[in-house]
Amino acid sequence: MANWLDVASVLGIMAVAVALLMIGGHFDLSAGVMTGTTALTVAVVAVELQQNIWVAIAAALVLALGIGAFNGWLVTRTGLPSFIITLGTFLMLQGLNLGLTKAFTGTVQVRGLADAPGYHSAELVLASTVEVFGQPFRIAVLWWLLVTALAAWVLLRTRFGNWVFATGGDEVASRNVGVPARRTTIVLFMTTATAAWLVGSITAVRLTSVQANTGTGQELIYIVAAVIGGCLLTGGYGSAVGAALGALIFGMTQQGIVYLNWDADWFYFFLGAMLLLAVLTNRLVRRYAEAAPR
Amino acid sequence: MSAAADRPAVPGDAPLLELRGIGKDFGSVIALDGISTSVRAGQVTCVLGDNGAGKSTLIKVLSGVHRPTRGQLLLDGEPVDFDAPRGALDAGIATVYQDLAMIPLMSIWRNFFLGSEPTTGWGPFRRFDRATAKDVTRRELAAMGIDIRDADQPVGTLSGGERQSVAIARAVHFGARVLILDEPTSALGVKQAAVVLRYIAQARDQGLGVVFITHNPHHAHPVGDRFLLLNRGRSLGDFAKAEVTREQLTDMMAGGDELSRLAEELGRPGAP
Repeated sequence: MANWLDVASVLGIMAVAVALLMIGGHFDLSAGVMTGTTALTVAVVAVELQQNIWVAIAAALVLALGIGAFNGWLVTRTGLPSFIITLGTFLMLQGLNLGLTKAFTGTVQVRGLADAPGYHSAELVLASTVEVFGQPFRIAVLWWLLVTALAAWVLLRTRFGNWVFATGGDEVASRNVGVPARRTTIVLFMTTATAAWLVGSITAVRLTSVQANTGTGQELIYIVAAVIGGCLLTGGYGSAVGAALGALIFGMTQQGIVYLNWDADWFYFFLGAMLLLAVLTNRLVRRYAEAAPR
Repeated sequence: MSAAADRPAVPGDAPLLELRGIGKDFGSVIALDGISTSVRAGQVTCVLGDNGAGKSTLIKVLSGVHRPTRGQLLLDGEPVDFDAPRGALDAGIATVYQDLAMIPLMSIWRNFFLGSEPTTGWGPFRRFDRATAKDVTRRELAAMGIDIRDADQPVGTLSGGERQSVAIARAVHFGARVLILDEPTSALGVKQAAVVLRYIAQARDQGLGVVFITHNPHHAHPVGDRFLLLNRGRSLGDFAKAEVTREQLTDMMAGGDELSRLAEELGRPGAP
């Protein structure tokens, strides 16, 4: 149980943030590679530049917020689909991750994070294991629950949450009634970047060495988890708790196939089938809500 | 509409909103020119015109989306200059757009307070006051005589007329003094249109100045006190109700000459 929860937790943190962004009407294809960028930043600043690991984590946060703000600014400024804009930042970051890692270390990974000053406190916060009812749990599970609870609260109980639904539902209409749609969009991109920073820091501290290709290819998994959790691809509808459940289903399927001794190749078949099923269900929801008696 | 005389006049008797020779150019294209009319509290000013007559441009000038190139906009007799929709909103000019008024997937109460959400709590715990929002929504809709089964239902499940009515109730609640309605009846059937016209009359009776934009003189005439006719960006006339009949309005709208020419053109070719 601890095992599939562990898979689900790291994925879940991202899926929840990506769900908020999707409800707000946008995609972030750079979310996966950004977990790698932040993990590498933590490792490079701590190991190669020999800083305290907390300084490295703070530097990675600043970088992530910068990338998120850049994504959001470009999307709101140009009005181009976020799919294309973040595909661009995705590819750029992928190149930067490889190029800079090689430039710093001469290899495609950064290792030796365990010897950095401050590692033990960072491990305690981001990568320790807690025993609950005799079962060992990674502390990432706690972060996942916290992120989900916070996101659900913001979405359903705050003004900002109302603006997220509205911006994703109909941006022009929401702007006409005074919703700061541009600011909302930029904050949402910065939120996925912050989630990527959290996951990147957890990954770096847990593994103590970071591969240059960390996180690449994960961005679609986040979107799949959010959609399984009920997010509409067209924006304006979805939930944070749903996305967390989507990640949970993902983790259970992935580990379940291993436990059943099935060929792991089948995993993607099930993932695809679940995605299709989820999209078809979502379509019914939207029809119900929009097929108005005129 | 005979009750117009009983309604309180604005101090100094200046109209709530007055247009004096308003014109708007887009580059070398003259979209509007020489438009003058007035909107009084407790009265309905109808803006009539066919497609492309300049109705949309006029709305955008009034609601602060566009700045007029020529002419003056007066609010309570004072010249005003809006550089953004927010400015017009703050001055009490609310616009209800035909399609863009509501977010279909959001509940009625969320839509009602969208952009002006009441909050409770402090600092990081400041949150959307949902109880108040639901309560006020229910009360305001009831006050307008709108019977909504459940304020939690998505706006998408409402009929077109109900949606317009919720949008009107929202504008009234947020202190609109001038209500601009963009073709509120055009997409509706006869019954639904009648419902919306009743809400327009209700808003008028609450003392609002209403600008009712339409291309249907049959909807405009019963509820209007003043009629501004537009054609190709120019005014065909600005009439008080007493000065014009529904037939005259229809005639001017359709362009009587054009219609008779069309009838000729479409007629069967005469016998050889």
